[in-house]
Amino acid sequence: MDERQPFRSAVLLLVWSWLLLLVLLPNLLVIAASFATRDPQDFLSLPVTLESYQRLINPLYLGVFTHSLYMAAMTTLLCLLIGYPFAWALSRVDKRWQTLLMILLIVPFWTNSLVRTYAIKLLLASNGLINNLLQSVGLIDAPITMLYTEGAVIAGLVYLLLPFMILPLYTVFEDLRDDLLQASHDLGAGRMATFVRVVIPLTLPGVIAGVLLVLLPAMGMFYVADVLGGAKNLLVGNVIKNQFLDARDWPFGAAASVLLTVAMAVLILAYGLSRRRIGQETVE
Amino acid sequence: MSRWLPRIYLMLVYALLYVPILVLIIYSFNDSRTGYRWGGWSLRWYQALFDNHAMVQAMWNSLWLALAAATVSTVIGGLTALALHRYQFRGKQALRGMLFVVMMSPEIVLAISLLAMFLVVGLQLGFVSLLLAHVTFCLPFVVITVMARLSGLDERLLEAARDLGAGEFTTVRTILVPVMMPALLAGWLLAFTLSLDDVVVSTFVSGPSYEILPLRIYSMVRVGLKPEVNALGSLLLVFSLAMLVLSQFILMRNKR
Repeated sequence: MDERQPFRSAVLLLVWSWLLLLVLLPNLLVIAASFATRDPQDFLSLPVTLESYQRLINPLYLGVFTHSLYMAAMTTLLCLLIGYPFAWALSRVDKRWQTLLMILLIVPFWTNSLVRTYAIKLLLASNGLINNLLQSVGLIDAPITMLYTEGAVIAGLVYLLLPFMILPLYTVFEDLRDDLLQASHDLGAGRMATFVRVVIPLTLPGVIAGVLLVLLPAMGMFYVADVLGGAKNLLVGNVIKNQFLDARDWPFGAAASVLLTVAMAVLILAYGLSRRRIGQETVE
Repeated sequence: MSRWLPRIYLMLVYALLYVPILVLIIYSFNDSRTGYRWGGWSLRWYQALFDNHAMVQAMWNSLWLALAAATVSTVIGGLTALALHRYQFRGKQALRGMLFVVMMSPEIVLAISLLAMFLVVGLQLGFVSLLLAHVTFCLPFVVITVMARLSGLDERLLEAARDLGAGEFTTVRTILVPVMMPALLAGWLLAFTLSLDDVVVSTFVSGPSYEILPLRIYSMVRVGLKPEVNALGSLLLVFSLAMLVLSQFILMRNKR
């Protein structure tokens, strides 16, 4: 192929300039901003400082961050506990049904997550459906407070993010061959031993990918905390949003964002390592 | 027994995923003003929605934005997929890496980086900033949809074209674009839906001059329950479902 094809050059120029101007440069800017000094007038101002990172571990924010991390971790754990057996069962369903079931699973990806968060609010409100049902059956006398609690935020996050845990798990269970389980059984391993020593290691990449797709969004989805959590149950996303849009403290918002990016990088690295390990073991 | 247990479990989780959506749609037809007691079937909240001038304006704004964002991201995403599939060039791995990072980044990280960029270059926040941002987060999804299609391409077609003396542009236009077409359509539908539904990125990069639907809903649902939101949410959900069904139909019909 000719190196100087005009069409080829035009395509590459367009693609590269878009990604450089709207992905690489903006991310470099955020990193730079996180080391800048706070100045409500200008976006960035000198001198270079680590102050924003120090303020991240200030007790005022540390409390919010650990609480947010706790809610995100609970969300991830629940998604894993519900999603793992679900993905296993799904991968064993008759092939005729699998296409339909998969489409039903990606529906959430296509539908408005804010609207679905609101649907959860409709169920949980003190005058909402669940309380009305329980009261009319006579199980409770007065409405239970479910909305504006930590539990409501976790329930909303699990509801929104569960499919993102299931999809990568489903992929690894699809690749899990029955003859490996049979071999483990023939070599004298019990059900438990097979599960711990064969199934878990082989599905680990799916688990890590699922954690990556659930844990980080669960820290960032500020509207879930806004709609379901009230003033006390804030996510890292709420802090970033408040600092950026309301307090105009850009360095601080940028530092929090850099922290999320670093967490993402660590998880992607873990995913790569877990896959490589499996690759080597099957080759040997 | 052990054959039924997994099936019951699957159905239970599917029910959990779909019950809230169904409840929302049923309640959107509820005549009662308080929104939670059943007051009979009615279309009054849909009526109220279309009588609200600002709401209708926000709907149009969102539709225009989604049309533009889907079209631009399909063109650029299609060309990117083409370049990744067909060309060898320096930095190919870096390009893949950047698309992967965009797809994996929490939306809020992307939103902040774009806002920082717009602030530095002094771009007025409004339609243009929204469009640039939406195209950027839609791009990787279009690229993977189209790449999947191109990977099944019979390379002999391209050899034949070259033997017959076709230049690069002719080859792309007469062979590659027709092959990519179903994936381009599916990618366009996905991008359209993603743009129409986005809250996080839009919160950061929109300005007062261009109000869009998701942000209007956001300001409405933060406090209490509003029956109009049931109607609006139901419309959006049904619309997105229609887009999903359409895209699956296009992809499956053209599988081979």
